[in-house]
Amino acid sequence: MEINDFIKKFAAKFEDTDESEFTPETEFQELDEWDSMTALMIIALIRTEYDKKVTAIEIRNCKTIKDLYDLAEAK
Amino acid sequence: MKNPFDLTGKSVFVSGASSGIGKATAVLLSSLGASLTISGRNVQRLDETFQILEGEGHRQIVCDFCDYDDTAAKIADTNKFDGVVYCIGTQKTGVAKSLTANDLKEVFDTNFNAVVNLNTLLFEGKKINKGASVVIVSSIAAYYPEVGNAAYSASKGALSAFAKVLALESAKRKIRVNTVSPAMVRTPLLQKFDVTDEQFAENEKKYPLGYSEPEDVAAAIAFLLSDGARQITGADIKIDGGLTLQ
Repeated sequence: MEINDFIKKFAAKFEDTDESEFTPETEFQELDEWDSMTALMIIALIRTEYDKKVTAIEIRNCKTIKDLYDLAEAK
Repeated sequence: MKNPFDLTGKSVFVSGASSGIGKATAVLLSSLGASLTISGRNVQRLDETFQILEGEGHRQIVCDFCDYDDTAAKIADTNKFDGVVYCIGTQKTGVAKSLTANDLKEVFDTNFNAVVNLNTLLFEGKKINKGASVVIVSSIAAYYPEVGNAAYSASKGALSAFAKVLALESAKRKIRVNTVSPAMVRTPLLQKFDVTDEQFAENEKKYPLGYSEPEDVAAAIAFLLSDGARQITGADIKIDGGLTLQ
């Protein structure tokens, strides 16, 4: 996994949030567009693109995109 | 006052436009001002529909939606849409207790899997504008049984259920998703039903208003695509000539 690649794919799951808003420090759960459905899309993204399994509860405990990346990376 | 049913300025994708309900829908939508991308498997028949569209600037894409690679390539090249109509379907008669996995696969591949795959490509490819309207042609078979119609019924039931979840998930972006459920409509698909002309005529007696024409289904689809239906999502419009009243 590579964090810039991850951020790019993460950002692509959003419809209305500008790509420039996504950095390693972005607190993704604070984004207007973030909701339970986005979480499901991110779980699927991590599973299909990186073959790693993260749970909704684990995602909820992440603050920034880097936290989430580190979580998936460690799997 | 703007006519709420006018479709001028709306870009609409109609899949399965080479015959029957899809063809009638494309023709009606073009007359209501929509800018169309029509799609179907058969080059010649699709072009026949294309030639009778009203207005300018329409596009046609020859594509077999059961071929996922071809579909992905073709959808990647399209513009964005304010409306999508899924009018893809096939039929295979067989009694429920004897259905084989192969029978099911044939019907589900077209009626359900191809539609869902196409829908995913459109949404994931960001081809669906905010406020768009998605209309799925399902069937009263989804909830009204006919002898020998198990595979078709099951596939349409799956499609109608799928539509409701998509409606729920899409509402945040003001994207509406609805189904229309025709009963018997006089279309080329009927040739796939294994009945005689006499049986066909006798069966029509069950319909208080008689069988429907493709244009009757097209009109309901046009309504759901229009701003007149902007608060309608997750709904199903039966076009059954009164069949299920009794």
